[in-house]
Amino acid sequence: MVEVKARRLPIPEQLQTKSRRRGSVQFLRRLFRPLPGKIGGGIIGFMILVAIFAPLIAPYNPITQNIPDRLLAPGSHHLMGTDETGRDIFSRVVYGSRISLRVGVVSVSIALLLGVTAGILAGYYGGIVDTLIMRFVDILLAFPGFLLALAIIAMLGPSLRNAMIAVGIGSSTGFARLVRSSVLTIRHADYVLAANVAGASPRRIMWRHILPNSMSPIIVLATLELPAAILVAAALSFLGLGAQPPTPEWGAMLVDGKEYIQTAWWLITFPGIAIFFTVLGFNLFGNSLQDAINPRLRQR
Amino acid sequence: MTAYIIRRVLMLIPIWFGILVLTFLMRVLVPGDPIQLMFAGRFNDPAVEATMRHKYGLDKPILTQFYDYTTGVLHGNLGYSITAQQPVTTMIKAHYPYTVVLTLTSLSIAVTIGLVSGIISAIKKDTIVDVISMIFALAGLSMPAFWLGLLMIYVFAVDLRWFPVLGSMTPKGIILPSVTLGVIASAVTARLVRSTMLDVLGEDYVRTARAKGITSFAVVLRHAFRNALIPIVTIVGLQFGGLLSGAFIVEVIFAWHGIGELAITALQQRDFPLIQGIVLVVATTYVLVNLVVDLLYAVLDPRIAYK
Repeated sequence: MVEVKARRLPIPEQLQTKSRRRGSVQFLRRLFRPLPGKIGGGIIGFMILVAIFAPLIAPYNPITQNIPDRLLAPGSHHLMGTDETGRDIFSRVVYGSRISLRVGVVSVSIALLLGVTAGILAGYYGGIVDTLIMRFVDILLAFPGFLLALAIIAMLGPSLRNAMIAVGIGSSTGFARLVRSSVLTIRHADYVLAANVAGASPRRIMWRHILPNSMSPIIVLATLELPAAILVAAALSFLGLGAQPPTPEWGAMLVDGKEYIQTAWWLITFPGIAIFFTVLGFNLFGNSLQDAINPRLRQR
Repeated sequence: MTAYIIRRVLMLIPIWFGILVLTFLMRVLVPGDPIQLMFAGRFNDPAVEATMRHKYGLDKPILTQFYDYTTGVLHGNLGYSITAQQPVTTMIKAHYPYTVVLTLTSLSIAVTIGLVSGIISAIKKDTIVDVISMIFALAGLSMPAFWLGLLMIYVFAVDLRWFPVLGSMTPKGIILPSVTLGVIASAVTARLVRSTMLDVLGEDYVRTARAKGITSFAVVLRHAFRNALIPIVTIVGLQFGGLLSGAFIVEVIFAWHGIGELAITALQQRDFPLIQGIVLVVATTYVLVNLVVDLLYAVLDPRIAYK
């Protein structure tokens, strides 16, 4: 058999960079010109900076207890007051940004890994593989999302890591369905047939040809799943099934504050604001990204 | 139509069997020995352990256990709670009605707010009314139910003293939890109703109706809304799952003694038969609700039954 080596067509370098740059500039303009995109991007950027520079921003250690200073109202020493063991709420909220971002990114990565793999396999091989995978997805979808997370945590035991796994498995079903349907539309495209004829292995076709071409809906879904993942994980921590004390996790901080709701309003205020704005930022950004990637949907 | 109903009901069987297998596997797949986990460090008498193992049927082969579990479930026997020493079925029967009432109340709040603001937003697209209601919808989407619940307690129970701080199982006690859940669910509903209505309002038959001089109120209600109903019924069906999930959190905050609160307590105490029972019952409810939603489609849009 004659070995055919794929050779990349030479593209004049100037032309290539120029058009590519113009495309991405246009894309960024579509993404950030509408106000929601600006606000969302701003909030996310701010959050990332706070998470990176947490040790420089936080005036106190978020975990060390300081009983004499317990339950102080917000003031000049403690911007957001202190909790029942004298820890500075502001410092805990600042460090909490690290946990929330990590939870969002890790959960969605788990969902991507499981969902995209399952979706590609189901869509590419079809037949029995498809039936098995998609029936399993159907069964997972027969559980309301939060109940599935609870069931998984019941098995694995309560911890932040297990909460991320539970949320990841729970949101993988959406990716599996999405990827499967886009694989089904792409797999008969000429370039996939060409790769097949050229002798590319199924694995290579799936990961190098099909996946990159179904990327944009996956990215949109991932940005929209991220805030949802942060919310569910915070809810799990609120119920004592996620982050364990003394971790400065926002949901866990709120449930601690619930005990003192009649006397210390600041305990239930600031961690909640932090969750709300983080999730809002990602939601705004996700919506704008969807509009920017798929401008046709915006026409109405 | 009958054929469609039968087909749809038959489809339920493999799904429900899958739920049953997963629920059963929950206990089997737990790392570590369930009996030792339940009594972690509290005693280590091998004789008592063996008795327990025998009592819960854990000394039998897996397939036999699954057979026993399935026949038990089919006879309405979900096992025996470890901590409460009561049949799981009895406990679920005692708590489930509260969750159902809470979910339905929240659902009606969500649908009322969601429909009204969604339709108004669609008609008044790009006006200040639309922008404001969509900002609220986005805020609702980003609002954690547990935080809104805490704020509600703070404002209405601690500050204004209109309600007791801890939930009371009275008609008055349901107001705060159901408003919390309903307001959050109304956000998603409003967004989806708006986009569905916008789709329908752009259709040719709506333009035709307008051209014939029908008042715009009648166009919206009779021509557009009726056709928007199918996606809206789907939304309401989907909301039901979200509300069931939300109920788990809200019940804990407001000490509403429904199945969600029961589940969280069971989880904290690692009471596996009880957790399994709740998971099975709630998932079954969810599947049945989805069935009703699917059958409603066929009633609303007869074309679906013939596909």
